[in-house]
Amino acid sequence: MSANRSVRAKTFSLVVLMVLCSSVGDIFLKLGMRKIGSVNLAPEALVTTFRATVTSGMIWLGILCLLSGFVMYLMVLSWADYSYVMPSTSFGYAVVALLSVLILRENVTLARWAGVLLICFGVTLVGRTEPRTNNRFP
Amino acid sequence: MSIRIAAFLAIVIFASTAGEISITYGMKNVGEPHRLLPREIFEFLKRALRTGWFWLGIPLMTMSFYATLVLLSWAPVSLVVPATALSYAVGALGAKFILKERVSRMRWAGVGLVCLGVMLAWTG
Repeated sequence: MSANRSVRAKTFSLVVLMVLCSSVGDIFLKLGMRKIGSVNLAPEALVTTFRATVTSGMIWLGILCLLSGFVMYLMVLSWADYSYVMPSTSFGYAVVALLSVLILRENVTLARWAGVLLICFGVTLVGRTEPRTNNRFP
Repeated sequence: MSIRIAAFLAIVIFASTAGEISITYGMKNVGEPHRLLPREIFEFLKRALRTGWFWLGIPLMTMSFYATLVLLSWAPVSLVVPATALSYAVGALGAKFILKERVSRMRWAGVGLVCLGVMLAWTG
């Protein structure tokens, strides 16, 4: 029973950290692109935009966060169920909605908050199930 | 909904699910790092990057990503995101029948709520 509990705690904390990392990564990308400005699709403008993205600290911070999130995703899948991790990552919608309002000062509609609330309920239910149900792997 | 939008939605949903299931299968074969220390995480990553399942999963997920971009050029986000939310349900089916995970009733309910939540958040 205590082994189960430690698997649950380990899975829970890594999933939370992974979701936070990826969401913060998205926000960094948005902050970086906001500074660079709206992308113009003319070829010469694209080159300028590309140069601006690879020299932007915000964009690199975003990429670093997203990559760390992906590594955590790989790690947690090495022991936890896909059907546990995959729905749990949708908790990121709630984090992104919250950060969009707090940091980016964007407007979030009532319908979107209602959807986010449903997602949170769903993730809570998934979080109450056993993180690992198939032990037949090596 | 036009037939090409439906076809690309199917590509987005099935390619991402197949890619993620393939990566999950690969990571289960790699085995978990014993302790979450930098050195063991590095060793884990080295093993992960050597499995074929990982390299099958990445192009599938990439394909799904580009298919999403194509869809977004044809249809509004308020159609694309809610429709691709179906991948949560398809993913749970894949987990049950391919990865042989036990998807309990509570987990199904959770997956269903997440699907509905994503649909509500992006259609409203």
